[in-house]
Amino acid sequence: MEAAESARTSYLRSLRSVFLKDWLSELRTRYAISALLMFVVTTISIILFSLGSEGAPPDALSGMLWVVIFFGAMSGLSRTFVMEEERGTTLTLQLLAPPSAIFFGKLLFNLVLITGLNAVSVALYAAFITGFVIKTVSIFLAAVVLGSLGFASAATIIAAIIARANTRGTLYPVLSFPILLPLLLTVIHATQLASDGAPFSEAIGEIQILISYIVVVTTAAYMLFDYIWKD
Amino acid sequence: MVVKVLSGVLLTLVIILGLGLPMSPHPQSWYELPVIPGLEDKARIIFFHVPMAWLSVIAFLTSMYYAIAYLRTRQMKNDVRSSAAAGLGLLFCILATLTGAVWAKFNWGSYWNWDPRETSIFVLLLIYGAYFSLRSAVETEEKRATLSSVYSIIAAVTVPFFIFIMPRIMTGLHPGAKGDPEGAGPVVEFKMSPNMRLIFYTSLVAFTLLFYWLFQLRVRAAALEAHNDQRG
Repeated sequence: MEAAESARTSYLRSLRSVFLKDWLSELRTRYAISALLMFVVTTISIILFSLGSEGAPPDALSGMLWVVIFFGAMSGLSRTFVMEEERGTTLTLQLLAPPSAIFFGKLLFNLVLITGLNAVSVALYAAFITGFVIKTVSIFLAAVVLGSLGFASAATIIAAIIARANTRGTLYPVLSFPILLPLLLTVIHATQLASDGAPFSEAIGEIQILISYIVVVTTAAYMLFDYIWKD
Repeated sequence: MVVKVLSGVLLTLVIILGLGLPMSPHPQSWYELPVIPGLEDKARIIFFHVPMAWLSVIAFLTSMYYAIAYLRTRQMKNDVRSSAAAGLGLLFCILATLTGAVWAKFNWGSYWNWDPRETSIFVLLLIYGAYFSLRSAVETEEKRATLSSVYSIIAAVTVPFFIFIMPRIMTGLHPGAKGDPEGAGPVVEFKMSPNMRLIFYTSLVAFTLLFYWLFQLRVRAAALEAHNDQRG
């Protein structure tokens, strides 16, 4: 009983230290944060320039928000694993913590990053794109929160895969897109419902799909991570 | 050998019967296919296009099966099988997409309409494309096998979501899609006359045998290649 208890605390401790290690080294370099931020600013300005003074239909604007988020996420979320390979710290980490603690620690880190990214993107997008109005806030909030969770899960496991491959940067969006597509289509549809002012009950199906996507992808990622992580 | 001959004979039969049998509005004898209003001769695509799409799905599942087998056993032969199946899957996926697109131009007016089934096969193409880019990016054999196996399993668990998502966001043109009175299930009851049905199922069997034959061929070729590499 006591042994199980102490095993669990040591597991949680290694999970927390993996998260804190990434968090502190991120604060030191601010590599991912600044990449994500600049990416969002750049894409939103491109959208603004290309729209000019003309508006776009609300459905298209709802879709474009997720284009910003997708490519923003692709520019920064692979950092957590690629960094370990570049610094040559993978082996040390393998010795110090069980694989699943590493996976969930990195997942937590990516979750914090993507939640921040989504908050900033939505705020900037809503502030500068005039035609983008959310009428049902509850649907939109659910889509963004659940979308962040699903994004973080899928992005973390793909990051673990590409960190081990030779071409790191270019492959990340290519591998992530088919995996993220069910999620993207669902959140885009939910955002469109929210900007149409549909009642919350109409989006129940979307929310069910998002929750099951999060559960399925996280479980699969957790089960497969061992194979990627151990040589 | 048996598989090769059998698939050859059956495919020849399907091609001759599927393309050659006359169509008439009121079929009298066994060899006359019924005319489907609005489709006419264009209905003959069902004997080729559907089995191709069917094959690309079979190949996808075979590839995933051997990916799991590789992760369990760590034997290279399973990875060879997994990638051989994926290669054939990609080939038939492209064939199904092209035949479908050309047909859609003549029947639905444009090459591509983002109908649910078109979207699904597009996703399958993307997955195959990503799978092979991943494989070409990793040089070490074991690493390539492990990473691509993991990727194909993750891709396979997300594909079923499209069954639920597609009907919510778009209406379909294919038989069995939303709006079609026949129902929107993934398995479609085609309204076919008995002789069409016979040719159709023969074609499914013939294409499955063709897949099996090509699959064995590729696996054997890969084994020979590995053998040659070892001898230097």
